[in-house]
Amino acid sequence: MKNKLFYILEWADNTLILGQRLSEWCGHGPVLEQDIALTNIALDHLGCARNLYTYAAEIFNGMDAVDRSECFASVAFQRNVKEGHQADEDDLAFLRDAWDFRNVLLVEQPNTDWAYTVARAFLFDAFNYYYLTAMCNSVDERLAGIASKSLKEATYHLRWSSEWVIRLGDGTEESKTRIVEAIANLWPFTGELFTATEVDTFVEGLGVDFAALKPLWEQKVAEIFDEATLEVPTGVWMQSGGKTGTHSENLGFVLAEMQFMQRAYPNMEW
Amino acid sequence: MVDAIHGDFEQKIANDITIEPRDTMPDDYRKTLIRQISQHAHSEIVGMLPEGNWVTRAPSLRRKAVLLAKIQDEGGHGLYLYSAAETLGVTRDELLDQLHSGKAKYSSIFNYPSLTWADMGAIGWLVDGAAIMNQVPLCRASYGPYARAMVRICKEESFHQRQGFEIMHVLAKGTEVQKKMAQDALNRWWWPALMMFGPHDSDSTNTEQSMKWRIKRISNDDLRRKFVDVTVEQTKVLGLTVPDKDLMWNAETGHYDFGAINWAEFWNVVKGNGPCNKQRLEARKAAWQKGEWVREAAMAHAEKRKARKEALVAA
Repeated sequence: MKNKLFYILEWADNTLILGQRLSEWCGHGPVLEQDIALTNIALDHLGCARNLYTYAAEIFNGMDAVDRSECFASVAFQRNVKEGHQADEDDLAFLRDAWDFRNVLLVEQPNTDWAYTVARAFLFDAFNYYYLTAMCNSVDERLAGIASKSLKEATYHLRWSSEWVIRLGDGTEESKTRIVEAIANLWPFTGELFTATEVDTFVEGLGVDFAALKPLWEQKVAEIFDEATLEVPTGVWMQSGGKTGTHSENLGFVLAEMQFMQRAYPNMEW
Repeated sequence: MVDAIHGDFEQKIANDITIEPRDTMPDDYRKTLIRQISQHAHSEIVGMLPEGNWVTRAPSLRRKAVLLAKIQDEGGHGLYLYSAAETLGVTRDELLDQLHSGKAKYSSIFNYPSLTWADMGAIGWLVDGAAIMNQVPLCRASYGPYARAMVRICKEESFHQRQGFEIMHVLAKGTEVQKKMAQDALNRWWWPALMMFGPHDSDSTNTEQSMKWRIKRISNDDLRRKFVDVTVEQTKVLGLTVPDKDLMWNAETGHYDFGAINWAEFWNVVKGNGPCNKQRLEARKAAWQKGEWVREAAMAHAEKRKARKEALVAA
């Protein structure tokens, strides 16, 4: 069960952290329509994360005591387990420390500017689209259901971010310089999207074959970059570690902000 | 000829027939509407800031989602209102320039800081509550596009007010510290909320003409009194205390009597001396300036596309 739980968290953490990052834009977008679009996408990711955490919490609560005590290191989480509380979506989001988060490094990278935000979104959305398409065939009906609902949203996300990559790549000189820089700096985080962890290999049938998604993603990226008059980076050394809990320095700060209320005022209803 | 045109306008106003974009209207009517609608639109987008402040720190995932959705609605309200203003012959960019230069105003309430999570409750409950009181009569405003935008906006605002009250309710019925947080927010937002209705009728320069033109239907003081009557009762449900020692039920008038508003504070915040005037305006300007290259890129790309398509058709 632990593997299944962790597998779901890989997915859930991706969407929560990306949603959190995108929501930082709220009220600060370059034009009102795009402010609204970003908030909308952030809400989709958050909604997906909530469905997954709710399921993950049920799985966690059904595990035996020893397994439960070994899942997450945070003292606050452990105390709840010891006191016999049933974990819920909020415990999973707000009481785990960074080393128990399993999102890929890509989604925790800072917004920086519109070009980084668009590039990060596109590189993830293209992955997410094929990931969700594959997850629709999961042997776990609940996960297949969440995937199928999210796929509709992810289809729109991919269209949105593809259009922006094209606009920036084939826009002005400045926009091109910026998107090229953003892609170059985010590219090292894309390798991890297709690497299977031990957890991923344990949940065959329930999860997806990550390596098989790679050619599909590459084809999509090549197609959009071509239209955007951008070159696909080659021979780049890839960073990894997010899926197994070794994150960039960014995640700690994302969590410090996101988890503040639950940490300062624990065990309350909001 | 001029009189005949304006005669038509006056007659429509008198008969409660809405004025539409292509109808002739006095210049001052147009100017008043542009001022009021754009002020309202600016208030929506500046109002996204104090709440946006807490999106990344919301205490639960559900609250985060509801808050995001609410702020998204406000952006949407900004869009309808800018569109309504555009029907009067002004562009959104011109209106934004006026906001950024400080020429145009927005609701002063957003120049107060959002310091705790309870402020998300107080803003929804009190600020959106006061906004609804102001806005419901605007659904019958004489200018059609404005009135129709307000119908949509009011529907969503009442959901905002309810979610704000619900946040306050959970806090007020929660632990000691949560109740303290709720009371602290009420203390800080109560008076600014009363100020949202504007100066006393006797000091309001725009009220009389706006009422004649049926843009405005109910006066500042009447709306404020209605707000106090309704909100004091809600405060009782919450078990919180209104920070006004002079607040008292007046059986004779059938309304609450309340203490004097600090008008010196009100006018200072209007003039730019509120706790967050500078930050709010800077945040809006920064978003606009940092977005300039993005808007230029989008425009340049659209032109390239168009040119390519035309070339294709020509060939």
